[in-house]
Amino acid sequence: MLKQIEGSNAVAQAVALCRPEVISAYPITPQTHIVEDLSALVRQGKLGNCQFLNVESEFAAMSSVIGASAAGARAYTATASQGILFMAEAVYNAAGMNLPIVMTVGNRAIGAPINIWNDHSDSMAMANSGWLQLHAETNQEAVDLHIIAFKLAETISMPVMVCMDGFILTHAYERVDIPTQQQVDSFLPPFAPMQMLDPDDPVTMGAMVGPEAFMEVRYLMHQKHLQALDLLPRLVDEFETLFGRRSGEMVAPYRLEGAKTVVVAMGSVNGTIKDVVDDMRGEGAAIGAVKVGAFRPFPLSGLRYALSAAKRVVVIEKDLAPGLGGVFASNVRMALRGLPTPVYTVIAGLGGRTITKAALKETFARAMADEIEDPAFLGLKREIVEAELARMHEKPRSGPMAENILRQMGLVGYRL
Amino acid sequence: MTQRVKFYQTGTWTVGNRLLDAEKRTVQATTERRNALTSGHRACQGCGEALGARYAVDAALAAANGKVIAVNATGCLEVFSTPYPESSWQLPWLHSLFGNAPAVAAGVAAALKAKGRTGVRVIAQGGDGGTVDIGFGTLSGMFDRNDDVLYICYDNEAYMNTGVQRSSRTPAGARTATTPAVGPHPGNPPGQGKNPALIAVAHEIPYVATASVSDLHDLEDKVKKAMSISGARYIHIHVPCPLGWGARSCDTIKLARLAVQSGLFPLWEAQDGEITKVTPIRRPVPVSEYLKLQKRFRHVLKDEAMVAAIQDIAERNIRRFGLLGQGEE
Ligand SMILES: Cc1ncc(C[n+]2csc(CCOP(=O)(O)OP(=O)(O)O)c2C)c(N)n1
Ligand code: SF4
Ligand SMILES: [Mg+2]
Repeated sequence: MLKQIEGSNAVAQAVALCRPEVISAYPITPQTHIVEDLSALVRQGKLGNCQFLNVESEFAAMSSVIGASAAGARAYTATASQGILFMAEAVYNAAGMNLPIVMTVGNRAIGAPINIWNDHSDSMAMANSGWLQLHAETNQEAVDLHIIAFKLAETISMPVMVCMDGFILTHAYERVDIPTQQQVDSFLPPFAPMQMLDPDDPVTMGAMVGPEAFMEVRYLMHQKHLQALDLLPRLVDEFETLFGRRSGEMVAPYRLEGAKTVVVAMGSVNGTIKDVVDDMRGEGAAIGAVKVGAFRPFPLSGLRYALSAAKRVVVIEKDLAPGLGGVFASNVRMALRGLPTPVYTVIAGLGGRTITKAALKETFARAMADEIEDPAFLGLKREIVEAELARMHEKPRSGPMAENILRQMGLVGYRL
Repeated sequence: MTQRVKFYQTGTWTVGNRLLDAEKRTVQATTERRNALTSGHRACQGCGEALGARYAVDAALAAANGKVIAVNATGCLEVFSTPYPESSWQLPWLHSLFGNAPAVAAGVAAALKAKGRTGVRVIAQGGDGGTVDIGFGTLSGMFDRNDDVLYICYDNEAYMNTGVQRSSRTPAGARTATTPAVGPHPGNPPGQGKNPALIAVAHEIPYVATASVSDLHDLEDKVKKAMSISGARYIHIHVPCPLGWGARSCDTIKLARLAVQSGLFPLWEAQDGEITKVTPIRRPVPVSEYLKLQKRFRHVLKDEAMVAAIQDIAERNIRRFGLLGQGEE
């Protein structure tokens, strides 16, 4: 049914349609509305026997869904930012034990400086945890990805993170088609676990594994991701047959015909990018875009195929690896290894910095002339950076950087 | 609870099961005991934790008709029981991390409830470090929500698995790898540490008890009682560690008993926030009897003031819990 609703509300309804049996969560902006809605649905008795655990931390949230999943329940949690770091040890653990948990990440920056706005630092920090990572472009896709995620997770017995941009998606009111229970039930069968804690058939889970077999266990994790590379496109097709729309594509090309410059990005920024591509196409520029919908498994060959005709690639990424540059861009480069195609990294939108059409257009134009630094920082206020560098150069005890900068910008009125 | 028996063997107060009514005999003495932690594991000789775990889990299994799922924190018990590809556990068992066993168990309990698997019970277990230090937040959360889990802490008073470092259960004066007795430093400084069983009582959970591997009847009774209750329950078991304490393997039970009889490890029980039962000390012994069998206290024995300070701790326990009174029910 078409509804004009908030992204978090829509996702909560989608999760509810997947008939979770245990939900455990700890509040953090911008995830809160999702779990608030789910707790209400559980209390209203709309989720049958589903248990909602109000835990004392994200570490406990992930730990309790580990226990629930190991005991054979369909388990769900949601977090963001500091929360995903607080649960990091358990995030790795869930993947290591092949537990098909689904988690929403309302993508948000990581402090310090503390910041509640959107970028991809949080899910990126867990990129190599073994979790599959899907990224939504729109709230419709966020809804659909959750339904796909449960099926994907349970088919290969691996946990799946559904990433949606904090605020930009989680708090946006958009028109979203919420599927019917019947549709979801016909797509997603009840959870049939690969392993389960059961007194009638006791198993030991989480045993200590030394050098003699650890490599193999890890290799199998990699193998499962390779399996997902085949499975996800099939689920996308199946989903389309039943629901009448395509969601969850790992590589989604946009106006690639004849495109010499191709922009690659994940998440909601793809909407803005497509608008800019349209504008520039209208002005005769040979530009196109590719949305990457899965960061793990990373669609190396799909992306290589999509980018094979490009003369240059521009990666817009909401993440920074200090001392390296782009993480996403490095993965894109891996997809293109052996090819001479330059891959430009554009670090954008950190901590919620607005990514405007004008800034993108200007950046793409420079890239098309191969006159762009790598990595480039979209909208970086150079004068602020220079002033702070000068201040640090002047006195050894120049004070806390973030506060200095805010003061210089006149954003806080304090005196030292 | 326990039957009063006046027949003492060789100074140990153990009594032949033959002399007890059948229903008073221990689970360990029956042919149906499940050996939840079966032989072949890699614990040191005389490991109190291995003994305590088998006692407790067997008793839990007996109380729940064998329908128990166990969650284990990282630590000696986990490592010595499950070296891949072997496992000593005869029940469904899950190890996740060092500090999350209470939360994992809460999740298992929630899943059982969601699935309507009502006959199956959940226990979680860990060492003192996993329980009282790194896992204390998750334990408190489990108490707070009154999750249907029996948590058992095996307290050997240090991080044994990583080579005997100090925990918040390491007693005053004890030498560990991170509280060496060097120069004027007396091993673990007095005046530190915490009492998790009392903190559990402060959460007003349905059941809390302390137990010792030296008193099998009492330990089993407490586990059985805990299993007859639902909600969050906590049992703290004192388990000597020959390796970490520098004691003889054959002295494990003796040391556990001396800890109780000296007043250093009081045995008690609490329900819904009130202490309901205390096990009286039958034959009080000075703490030096306990200290002198352990290398971790060797330097302490040369320091009269320190021995006196430890004796004070014991006396305070005796006063506080009324350990010389009748104490029974
Ligand atoms: C997060 C984390 N920190 C540290 C460790 C290392 N570690 C493993 S077991 C252990 C000590 C266990 O001590 P305790 O819980 O008292 O159990 P014991 O081995 O004494 O039975 C430590 C420090 C770990 N596994 N995980
Ligand atoms: S070090 Fe101590 S606790 Fe660990 S196995 Fe040996 S005796 Fe048991
Ligand atoms: Mg210990």
